[in-house]
Amino acid sequence: MMRIPFSYIWRSLWARRLTTALTVGGVALVVFVFAGVLMLARGLEATLVETGSPDNVIVLRRSATSELSSQVDRGTADVLEAESGVARGMEGRPLLSREVVLVIDLYKKKSNALGNVSIRGVSARAMELRRGVHIVQGQPFQFGTHEVVVGKSIASQFKGVTLGAQLAFGGDRWTVVGIADAGGTAFDSEIWGDVDQFMQAFGRPVYSSLSFRLANPGGFDQLKTRLQADPRMQYVELKHERDYYQEQSKTLATFIRTLGIVVTTIFSFGAMIGAMITMYAAVANRTVEVGTLRALGFRRRSVLGAFLIESVVLALVGGALGVALAAFLSFARISVVNFQSFSEIGFGFALSPGIVRSALIFAVVMGVIGGFLPAVRAARLNIVNALRAS
Amino acid sequence: MKLLRLVFKNLFRHRLRTALTMLGIATAVMAFGLIRTIVGAWNAGVTGAAANRMITRHRVSLIFPIPLPYRSEIVRVPGVTGVSWANWFGGVYGDPNDFKNFWPRFAVDPETYFDLYPEFQLPPDQLAAFKKERNACVIGRKLAQQHGFKLGDVITMEGDIYAGRWQWVVRGIYTGRDPSTDETQMFFQFAYLFEQVRQREPGRPVDAGFYVLRVGSPDALARVASAVDSQFVNSRAPTKTESEKEFQQSFVQMSSAIITSLQVISVVIVAIILLVLANTIVMSVRERTREYAVLKTLGFSGRQLAGFVLGEALVISLSGGVLGLLLTFPIVKGFAKALPTFFPVINVAPITMALGIGAALLAGLAAAAIPANRVVRMPIVIGLRTVG
Repeated sequence: MMRIPFSYIWRSLWARRLTTALTVGGVALVVFVFAGVLMLARGLEATLVETGSPDNVIVLRRSATSELSSQVDRGTADVLEAESGVARGMEGRPLLSREVVLVIDLYKKKSNALGNVSIRGVSARAMELRRGVHIVQGQPFQFGTHEVVVGKSIASQFKGVTLGAQLAFGGDRWTVVGIADAGGTAFDSEIWGDVDQFMQAFGRPVYSSLSFRLANPGGFDQLKTRLQADPRMQYVELKHERDYYQEQSKTLATFIRTLGIVVTTIFSFGAMIGAMITMYAAVANRTVEVGTLRALGFRRRSVLGAFLIESVVLALVGGALGVALAAFLSFARISVVNFQSFSEIGFGFALSPGIVRSALIFAVVMGVIGGFLPAVRAARLNIVNALRAS
Repeated sequence: MKLLRLVFKNLFRHRLRTALTMLGIATAVMAFGLIRTIVGAWNAGVTGAAANRMITRHRVSLIFPIPLPYRSEIVRVPGVTGVSWANWFGGVYGDPNDFKNFWPRFAVDPETYFDLYPEFQLPPDQLAAFKKERNACVIGRKLAQQHGFKLGDVITMEGDIYAGRWQWVVRGIYTGRDPSTDETQMFFQFAYLFEQVRQREPGRPVDAGFYVLRVGSPDALARVASAVDSQFVNSRAPTKTESEKEFQQSFVQMSSAIITSLQVISVVIVAIILLVLANTIVMSVRERTREYAVLKTLGFSGRQLAGFVLGEALVISLSGGVLGLLLTFPIVKGFAKALPTFFPVINVAPITMALGIGAALLAGLAAAAIPANRVVRMPIVIGLRTVG
């Protein structure tokens, strides 16, 4: 079977530039929104999942959905510190951080509205435990003082959070002595200080959570089974940090995805109809051409293929344009409240090869569906009638 | 009149194309309506806020409780005509990954709470039953519908903020007075929470989550706010008092980035309508170039011809817009079903309908502008010579 040369298809598109451009534009807009939504959901997940280290474990009260609703007492922390499954750091000290997580309100720079900010009280081993967190300006806070270190997202988005500034919360004043870069993770949206100081200031007798490094990275299941048999550990639950943070992103990411996919599905109808209109017009305008092609000996199937490919090319160009537009979104960052932690989390749009692939597949599907019926019409034209058409 | 007939005749020349274009516009208008409705639903709490209610919460953050004894001091502030309090309970019901299983649960003071929220309408016998029984609860009509809860049913869930297993008996189902009233909440006795926590976690204090204040007149809001807050300014739990509207607004503010992106998307939709429509009009005009030249020869003015093009575009965009509006209602319903608890109150507002039609009309005008201009300026000879 003879195939219709690709240059024919290409030139047909070029001959009707304005119509082609309008259709490509429609597809591009749809793909742009589609890719943008996926990038946003992916960015949120990446931010939260990256926050957890693969060999760290978080301890929460059983059935607590976040650190905010969890309570862990001192006794549990003491038991864990003596546990052999917890990694040892310098001087043989256990790599375990006793933490308290609370939420305070600060004014945002842009809107001047109050925003929720997580504050995390940590123990001395916290920085060693979270290797991704570095102080980029100033210095670490001193334990036993009212000094705090703020994440770079907080420093850039909230008013009055600069080196040397005083923050008022918990009935006291706290001096910002450092700004930390946590590599785009959720810790960038937190304020860190001494856990004992925070607990005293807020009159809180118990911790929110404990985090520790596994002595043996593969030994999580074993350790969990052993600890779960310990009567002193009955009321707590151990989770891989990664799993915990994945759960934290679930509601918001699912919401963004559901909303985005509903909207883009509706949009894609619009774009498909646009492609269909263009292709029907292409078929109608080229009736004589199609007749000629058939008279030259091209089969119906070749004609069908040629029109279908034309439509797919149209959609692919639109898709590529849409993805390219969406790639610019990588420079934008947004900040919303994650209701699971009830505090602001800053994250960006993350483009991944998977998203590019889905977006292009989405475009091709639109092209195939939009082009199929017109292509069938072209293929079914009767040679004699087509040649006679004016 | 004759001109109008010509417009209609032209529309029916390419029936399939006209129908497809209308459908394209209809889907876009529908998406526009859906997005506007979602943004509206986000603001439902603000719209539903009563003008004479205020919320007093901990100044540092809503997550911190405030002492119970504050109540007697707040009551004494001049201008305050009623005080109640509530606690956010949280809790995990069934599979936590199913959105349906999350709804707001509050521990409230049964004696005063429903008095302050007249929009939650509860039959008097049910209210009496709720007050009498320690582990009774009252749920919203929509919530009862979604889960098939009936009076006398037992609701069991796992606590997260407050540990252990919790059980309540449904003793009342409230209905909303206004369309903007949230009918998905659940209330139970504060005393039940207090006693249970004391038993389960001895030594853990249970305070009020926030106070709800009623003031005599909306003019008193600012004065009452500063009077209440100044009373506790130097205490262990300083407060922040604001109108219910501002309080709800702060929740909307938390998701402002998402709302902004939705608004951007709704502008993109208008652009898509424009592209689909412009494509069709450009095509029609190109095909009929010779005809327009003939009409000009017959003595039709350029303006009349532009009217044809414009009329065609407007008829298509308007019918597409109306169809889209009609489709908006079922799609909003479907969306509300897919994410039941995200938006307790979701209604298509009249302004949304007007804007949808307006966007379609605007797109119709814009799409016709360039082709109409081309027709007006086209010299007859060139038009006649064109091969379509």
